[in-house]
Amino acid sequence: MRLEYFEMIDRVVVLDRDARRIEAQSTVPMESPVFEGHFPGHPLVPGVLLTETMAQASGYLILGLMDFTHMPFLMAVDKARFRTFVGPGTVLSITATLEHEGSGYAVTKAKIAVEGKPICDAELRFRIMPFPADLDGQMRAQARRIGLLTEA
Amino acid sequence: MSSTFDTVAGIISETADIPREQITPESHAIDDLGIDSLAFLDIAFAIDKAFGIKLPLEQWTQEVNEGKAPAEEYFVLKNLVARIDALIAAKA
Repeated sequence: MRLEYFEMIDRVVVLDRDARRIEAQSTVPMESPVFEGHFPGHPLVPGVLLTETMAQASGYLILGLMDFTHMPFLMAVDKARFRTFVGPGTVLSITATLEHEGSGYAVTKAKIAVEGKPICDAELRFRIMPFPADLDGQMRAQARRIGLLTEA
Repeated sequence: MSSTFDTVAGIISETADIPREQITPESHAIDDLGIDSLAFLDIAFAIDKAFGIKLPLEQWTQEVNEGKAPAEEYFVLKNLVARIDALIAAKA
């Protein structure tokens, strides 16, 4: 997990196409400039970055299910709940499930847990659009980095 | 008007925060009610869920953009409701 670069997902554990579900894992870094301000002497991962983590897991789920034909862009966050604090070094288990595939949009439910304990959850909505120029190659490279794509 | 219209009007009222009495079968979702594209996707999601259908928004948008159909075909509520009823009938 590299907070400053918005690389929130370390590894995809499983993409279950039948269940339309993804499981991923990330480890919060021990140090980050983010923690210098949030909060001085009391480092906590901001809720907005936990939301981004759930959004990215959902995004990779949609990319995987759609075989990288379109790009999901976050457009709505509903029912977000942050149940406890997350500090440096924490190993996060992120899951996302596709709840609805609309025409030009998709809805997921995502959550993060630590050692089985719920940390946060939200319902997320994405606009599904053709890839902007050159972005599909970069997204494929990221997907390979985290194990979502395994082909050469 | 039909129960479909009542359901759709209720969804629009709640989702876009528009007084229910302002929403009529003749209302144009964009020109009269001022619904933007993000709000319309919220409404589409609620309609999809309420009726168990999938509004073909991408196809409609393409037809409007290519001049094959006027926007009123899809965004005047009585026309939208007729299309929803057709999608429900096709599902049965």
